[in-house]
Amino acid sequence: MSMATGVTEPERRVISTTPRVADRIFRAVMTFGGVFSFIVLAAIFFYLFQRSAPVFQEFGFKFISGSQWVSGDGLAASQGSTDPAVFGLFPMLYGSVLIAIVAMVIAVPISIALALGIVFYLPKRAATSFTLITDLAASIPSIIFGLWGYFVLVPHAVYWAQLLHRYLDFIPLFDVAYPTYDQSPFVAGLVLSIMIIPIITSVSREIFSQTPLELIQGALALGATKAAMIRTVAMPFGKSGIVGGAMLGLGRGLGETVAVFYVINLVYDQTNWISILESNGGSVASLIVAKYGEASSFELAGLFGAGLVLFVLTLGANLIATGIVNRTVSKGGKK
Amino acid sequence: MTTLIATPKPSRPWARRTPRQIFISALPVILPIIAAFAIVSVTDLRGKVGFTFAWLLSTVVTIAIWPTIIGQPKVRGDLFLQTAIGIAVLLFVAAVMWVLSSVFVPGIKSFQWSLLVGDGSTVEVDTPLNQGGLLHALLGSLIVVGGATVISVPFGILSALYITEVRGKLVPYIRFFIQAMSGVPSIVAGLFIYAALIVTQILPFTGFAGSLSLAILMLPTVARTAEEVLRLVPDELRSAALSLGGTQMRTIFLVVLPSARSGLITAIILGVARVAGETAPLLLTAFGGNTVNLNPFSGTMATLPWYIFSQMSLGTENDVARAWVAAFTLLILVSLIFTLARILTRKKS
Repeated sequence: MSMATGVTEPERRVISTTPRVADRIFRAVMTFGGVFSFIVLAAIFFYLFQRSAPVFQEFGFKFISGSQWVSGDGLAASQGSTDPAVFGLFPMLYGSVLIAIVAMVIAVPISIALALGIVFYLPKRAATSFTLITDLAASIPSIIFGLWGYFVLVPHAVYWAQLLHRYLDFIPLFDVAYPTYDQSPFVAGLVLSIMIIPIITSVSREIFSQTPLELIQGALALGATKAAMIRTVAMPFGKSGIVGGAMLGLGRGLGETVAVFYVINLVYDQTNWISILESNGGSVASLIVAKYGEASSFELAGLFGAGLVLFVLTLGANLIATGIVNRTVSKGGKK
Repeated sequence: MTTLIATPKPSRPWARRTPRQIFISALPVILPIIAAFAIVSVTDLRGKVGFTFAWLLSTVVTIAIWPTIIGQPKVRGDLFLQTAIGIAVLLFVAAVMWVLSSVFVPGIKSFQWSLLVGDGSTVEVDTPLNQGGLLHALLGSLIVVGGATVISVPFGILSALYITEVRGKLVPYIRFFIQAMSGVPSIVAGLFIYAALIVTQILPFTGFAGSLSLAILMLPTVARTAEEVLRLVPDELRSAALSLGGTQMRTIFLVVLPSARSGLITAIILGVARVAGETAPLLLTAFGGNTVNLNPFSGTMATLPWYIFSQMSLGTENDVARAWVAAFTLLILVSLIFTLARILTRKKS
């Protein structure tokens, strides 16, 4: 007892950097929340892979390269079926890519022009409200694009397709064997392009707005016109970012389901290579919607396989895109 | 004595432009239109197509020769870009307006308040619009999206917290995976729930299964937006809270999260807007139905996108009208959510 001095000396506090138990638990919870996205991705891959194993065992690589989708009696040839089911995804896979490419050819130039306009040309107020319009367009549900595409756009698009065919049919792209024109990759690409323009525009806008100001001012001070400045400074700087944005749009386009489902005529046994005006196309996502309702368990495995292929494809496009965009953004030196 | 050195004329780019200058700068836009009218009335080119072609042609010619005429060949690039941007803006705005108006016009025409009260139990194929309604789909959408919000928001905010608060070694990987997850096609999300839970008979077709599939799509949006707003919380606030003796947990719950509250609400709303119109995953999970089902854990559940999808597939006049009304309702719903998010973000900045 320190009664002699008359002062109680408080106990020394222990100062340590080890977090308390509550903190450690909470950190673990946050880490789990962070890792959760990985768990989900892994689970998606695992389940789709596991469920589609029967078709990969039966057809091997033929599942991807084959051009047939016959439901048959719902059994594989190896199971002793008399009317065997045969699944080959290629026309659908190629169709998805073709539609996405048509959409990109329309969307990328428009998006670049829009992004350049927003960042460099439009007055501030107009640019802000125009950005609002692109954001609004991005939030329109895809089923509404499907509805609009099917009932409103198709009649017009058929007319445009006829024009393209009449005046440009010496280009193989616009040649058709059967002049029906509706539900063609061209129409699907048109619908898709409106859906991906907001995505590509917002990525390109972001990239262009990161162009180092001193380079812009340097170019202008040397007497460059705005167009010359864009050609010599903004474009070289934003080039790879635009590629990344386009890849993001591609990923979105490959995975789009209902909007495409209504405006494409799925032909399972024949690959439509370039006749984009013909009423003949494919789309992996639409295949799943079209077939899952009355699928046998073996066909269901085929659809899971289709989903797996789609998942891997879009994941690849998305990751390449993100890599490119992130590299360009960090090059801008902001943050 | 004549000098050989030309004195540059002082130009005053900052000066307000005179009406004459404005008129001259507008000429490259006006001239091609006049030329196109002239071409259509003189030559064999007819109609809208002919006009468009003539206009495009004369625009190209104008861009090529106009700068030389006014003696400023350097402006050709600018003229080209401005024209291209102008066309792109007009095309895109026109397309968006076309989509919106084609939903609003038939939607408003056949909208009846009774549609918001009745459900689909009395509706057969091609039943007139004064009977039944889409209440079941509207309620179903609210329940399914609400469920998805409850599931995805905690995980989204936790992963954002990991990135901004824990700042551990996994940060780049977690960012990477969230980005990867945002690219998952909606049909794959539905297919996954279908493969993992419904085929294995862990869950039947229910609203809850629909919520799970939407949660997968919603999580990355919430996580990324939340990360952005949490990063705006100044480190001084965190240091102050910690130096007052707060644990990290209390710092986060009493300081970091409350100061980012409006931003976090925006993150949630953006996530809701992302999934409110999703159709494909719901076809494989919540499926649909004709009556009001308020229990997400039992029985199939109709949602607005599914309702549009199924009515549209029936194809008769009245069913298509129902699809348009449902699309109109969905669009109003999404725009409300979107506007709400906008207002909240504006307040913050």
